[in-house]
Amino acid sequence: MTELAFKGPEPDQLRRRHRAEKRFRLIALLSVWLGLAFLSVLFVIVVTSGADAVRQTKILLNISLDSSEFEGGKGSGLAQIRKANFEGLVKRSIRNDFPRAKSRKQKRELAKLVSSGAAYEVREFVEANPEKIGESIDIWVTASDDVDMLLKGKLKRNMPADIRQISDQQLIWLDQLQAEDRLETQFNWTLFTKGDSREPEQAGIAGAMIGSLYSVLVCLLISFPLGVLASIYLESFAPKNGWTSFLEVNINNLAAVPSIVFGLLGLAVFLNFFQLPRSAPLVGGMVLALMTLPTIIIAGRAAIQSVPPSIKEAALAVGASPIQAVFHHVLPLAMPGILTGTIIGTARALGETAPLLMIGMVAFVVDLPVTFTDPATALPVQVYLWSDMPERAFAERTSAAILVLLAFVGALNLTAVILRNKFETRY
Amino acid sequence: MEDNYIESLTTPLTKNTLTAQSALPDENLKAKMSTSDLSVFYGNSPALRNVSLNIFSNEVTALIGPSGCGKSTFIRSLNRMNDTIDICRIEGAVYLDGLNIYEPSRDVVQLRTQVGMVFQKPNPFPKSIFENVAYGPRIHGMAKTKDELHGIVLGSLERAGLLDEVKHRLDTPGTSLSGGQQQRLCIARAIAVRPDIILMDEPCSALDPIATKRIEELITELKAEYTIVIVTHSMQQARRLSDKTAYFHLGSIVEHGETAEVFENPVDERTADYVRGRIG
Ligand SMILES: Nc1ncnc2c1ncn2[C@@H]1O[C@H](COP(=O)(O)OP(=O)(O)O)[C@@H](O)[C@H]1O
Ligand SMILES: [Mg+2]
Repeated sequence: MTELAFKGPEPDQLRRRHRAEKRFRLIALLSVWLGLAFLSVLFVIVVTSGADAVRQTKILLNISLDSSEFEGGKGSGLAQIRKANFEGLVKRSIRNDFPRAKSRKQKRELAKLVSSGAAYEVREFVEANPEKIGESIDIWVTASDDVDMLLKGKLKRNMPADIRQISDQQLIWLDQLQAEDRLETQFNWTLFTKGDSREPEQAGIAGAMIGSLYSVLVCLLISFPLGVLASIYLESFAPKNGWTSFLEVNINNLAAVPSIVFGLLGLAVFLNFFQLPRSAPLVGGMVLALMTLPTIIIAGRAAIQSVPPSIKEAALAVGASPIQAVFHHVLPLAMPGILTGTIIGTARALGETAPLLMIGMVAFVVDLPVTFTDPATALPVQVYLWSDMPERAFAERTSAAILVLLAFVGALNLTAVILRNKFETRY
Repeated sequence: MEDNYIESLTTPLTKNTLTAQSALPDENLKAKMSTSDLSVFYGNSPALRNVSLNIFSNEVTALIGPSGCGKSTFIRSLNRMNDTIDICRIEGAVYLDGLNIYEPSRDVVQLRTQVGMVFQKPNPFPKSIFENVAYGPRIHGMAKTKDELHGIVLGSLERAGLLDEVKHRLDTPGTSLSGGQQQRLCIARAIAVRPDIILMDEPCSALDPIATKRIEELITELKAEYTIVIVTHSMQQARRLSDKTAYFHLGSIVEHGETAEVFENPVDERTADYVRGRIG
């Protein structure tokens, strides 16, 4: 009898068990910290290199808006203002500031201090204030990207002159401007209000933001209702037969198909067959919807499965039809899970470039898209395009675009959390 | 209005009345509900075999028997809850007021308003107490005005013996009630659509003795207005509550009749063993 009595595990074995437990916890903790470390390194790099893009170097010019420059004189209309030679006005103004620049080369170097976009800025100002024609105005115009890089310390003065991109003469002029308080960095509105440009100082991500927003909107409008209805059908109404399980297997496989394949599908079906416009957020959204659909269906089915069947039975037992039972009781309880899946899928769609490549949304688009069929790019595409540009100033803008993209994704995830808490019901 | 609604659902049944009645033995016509040679299969394995039972108006019929003998399967086939199980297949017939409820033209929604059900585990909707009871009347359009709906809800809670406990907190979640209260809420929810028959599958098995006593009292009161079928594991409960008792064994009814008879003078040895606590 006594031999058989169990006196608890051997002390040795117990010690080994405790050690194994400790070891496991340590490894788990280590991997969490490692993940966090990588994430923060990434974040620090992107933020530090993107932060500079928020400011842009500006030069204060004094421009005399001679009445003779405008066809209609002081009372010029919009059409007449547009015909004026603003480029000439800007050039003349800066030459007036440095009258000793006489040679062609020097004049060219002088003009290169300001961005080619300065003329548009002056034009916009005059369009908004036509009464200023005939007067002389002080206006901050955008400096060229090289000047910008110099002021931000990314071009070093002590670099050899032949690779410095800013000549010694230009340095002297800039020092003079700075001494007169006519050279400073200001908040970079251009970055957040303009479309793409070949000149970094004139390039903005507003176009890409609108393109992304439109595409994701179309993607959501298509994939959410379709995905929810499909998962309801598969979970609650589909007969359990070979055809249904064939469908299920295929939907699960679709979730693992590389995104560029969906782009090819979009090219073949939406563009070539249905003749929809190229580069349009409408088509981009449709392609992203194809890609997101399987994710939503899988998440939706899991969420519907997790609703206790007793709730549905209760509804059926008081005479609800199967559709009523699903829509009144099962779906509201499954909503938090469905929304989480939807937002994960949408966040992925937001960061996708490859499928957009195929339908022409990887393009140089200057104008801000207005309708869903206007040519547009998307944020990740903009990141990709800018990262490929030779100008240094595009580097910081690339990081800034990444930050905006991350902010979009963060906002989406926040929405997911809020919606989940709002819909969460205990049962 | 409510009558019209139900009538519109039942109109196609006039034809079946004849076929159904002609198929019924005379004696069964007196029964509120009866099954005739009912067999139920899950896939290929039978769970019930040729079960015939009469259930009479304003009586409590108790179904007893060891676990897995098919009591739940039987009671769920009385309001076609088995339809929700894909692999479930039914043979034979179940008559309600002389009409076969498995007739293809039969409207299941209408059937379930006539035959309500209370489940083993209380399953209130995760909504307010009021919404729990109001749901049935609302989807069937039983109330034309808000006041009318309010009346139905309060009346149902009253009859389920729950009104005094919850009348000041009708908008709190039904899931916040105690287990016994939740079960009475489920009874109120079933009553609210004015069924003729209430099916109860072990309604007290998740409850403590005091809550069980409340439900038992309630069942005795409800008998005056409803026909009740109850599955129970408690011999005492079956004896206390029921007028008729059916003893299930391995998918068949071995013995049925007056409760007193089944318990005092069981004919079958298996029944005798079970009711005397020797098996099960
Ligand atoms: N959904 C189901 N699928 C397959 N078999 C089932 C299902 N429900 C019940 N059964 C089987 O049917 C038989 C009767 O079950 P049930 O009616 O629940 O018995 P009871 O309620 O008397 O305990 C059991 O053998 C059980 O395994
Ligand atoms: Mg059971």
